Amino acid sequence: MGDSACVPSSASTFPAVTVTSRHSALVRVTHWITALCFLALLVSGVEIVISHPRFYWGETGNIHTPTLFKLPIPASRNLVPTGYGYVLPDQNGWSRYLHFQSAWVVVLTGLLYAIYGLFTGHFRNNLLPVQADLSWRAIVKHLRFERPSESDAWSYNTLQRLTYLFVVFVLFPLVIWTGLAMSPAFVSAVPVAVTLLGGQQSARTIHFFVSLALLLFLLIHVVMVFRAGFRSRMRAMIFGTPMERI
Amino acid sequence: MTEISRRKLITTGLAAAAGVTGLGVAARMAQKHGLIPPDHGGIYGLGETLNYASHRLLTRHSLAREFAREQISKIPVANEIRPASEEFTRLQAGGFAEWRLSVNGMVARPALFSLAELKSYPSRSQITQLACEEGWSYIAEWIGVPLSNVLEVVGIEPQARYVVYSSIDSEWWDSIDMADARHPQTVLAYGMNGGELSVGNGGPLRMRVPRQLGYKSVKFITSLTVTDSLKAFGKGLGSASPEAGYAWYAGI
Repeated sequence: MGDSACVPSSASTFPAVTVTSRHSALVRVTHWITALCFLALLVSGVEIVISHPRFYWGETGNIHTPTLFKLPIPASRNLVPTGYGYVLPDQNGWSRYLHFQSAWVVVLTGLLYAIYGLFTGHFRNNLLPVQADLSWRAIVKHLRFERPSESDAWSYNTLQRLTYLFVVFVLFPLVIWTGLAMSPAFVSAVPVAVTLLGGQQSARTIHFFVSLALLLFLLIHVVMVFRAGFRSRMRAMIFGTPMERI
Repeated sequence: MTEISRRKLITTGLAAAAGVTGLGVAARMAQKHGLIPPDHGGIYGLGETLNYASHRLLTRHSLAREFAREQISKIPVANEIRPASEEFTRLQAGGFAEWRLSVNGMVARPALFSLAELKSYPSRSQITQLACEEGWSYIAEWIGVPLSNVLEVVGIEPQARYVVYSSIDSEWWDSIDMADARHPQTVLAYGMNGGELSVGNGGPLRMRVPRQLGYKSVKFITSLTVTDSLKAFGKGLGSASPEAGYAWYAGI
């Protein structure tokens, strides 16, 4: 079937029947698995952070050491001084199980997507910015969050392309790396995974900020889907085409 | 039905059949090579099995990171004061002279060790990190007898697969596989930072498994049981942790 996502702009002048699909089946399936896993990782990650809402830099950090910063929330453990007079229920057991299970599913899904993207030209054709669009004027235009035109439903704009590339090739690898760097067994085999980051607590702090960046991406992504036309964008990502076939 | 959709159907069916067979073969291989954790059942069994199996393949012999003396944390976190039992109070009053470690199960010579006996064996000192699943951590020097030395003294049977260890507070018990039990850094610790191991940190005797998170390092150890199956212990999930909702394998 190949990658048919890049349909020429003349497509809209033809009846929709000739149109194949905006997003290939593999992109659609991996997108939704990733979305589901990200939500599971987010919920379980928040629960895990609540057990110790303090962050440090370097190798070690605990209630006896100074913090880099604290989250102004109550904790689920009575050991942590939070200033609140109560302790939240401990949810770490299932949260940790769910966190790692979702991590495995999303990492394997991501690998499949990356291999597909490299071999079918998906990254080159759909995500690498087109030379002509790489101007500040074009990017500023997108930054104004203007409502995209009808033809934009068939291709990503430059800012979108750069954002997706950043998420796929920077944020995701970084969140996986910092996650692994917190594992005492993993770093026993691969010590540079944690020493390069400056220590286990640094890895935890970076993991937190990368997760925040991913959350920010998710929120903007969802807002843009609504602004661009919820029905057509959802239809494209679920059934493959932004409009109903005639 | 057109020719193409039939072909597609057949290839999809074949792929699915191959996938299922592949999974079956993989599961049997994993079982044979000891890559299945005791808490592999339930909805999180997949993730737990992948964690344990991948770590066993990657880290069977790797050593936990050790640190320089100046990296030792000023205050080693003690998050539990002492077990509440009368027996512990009595033993503590006697300076733990009567503390005994029972070693039993699949061993040639079951034995009871006093702390003095354990201290008479060659000791190991290591500066390692204790990381709690909550997110905090500290570095300390741990001094103790490697578990492998004790297992050698009692002579374990070849079919042994796990060592179950238990606190004087019987609510706390756990187990490790033989890769961790024979690992040179797995020690029965009785000293910390050049002195005795304080009660707050698990003294007089604490299991230290530095390649796993803090909760595997059970405090106040009084018994070791060598076994080939964890089914008969508690609910058969390998430790008290899965019974409380936590993973048996805590290398991550």
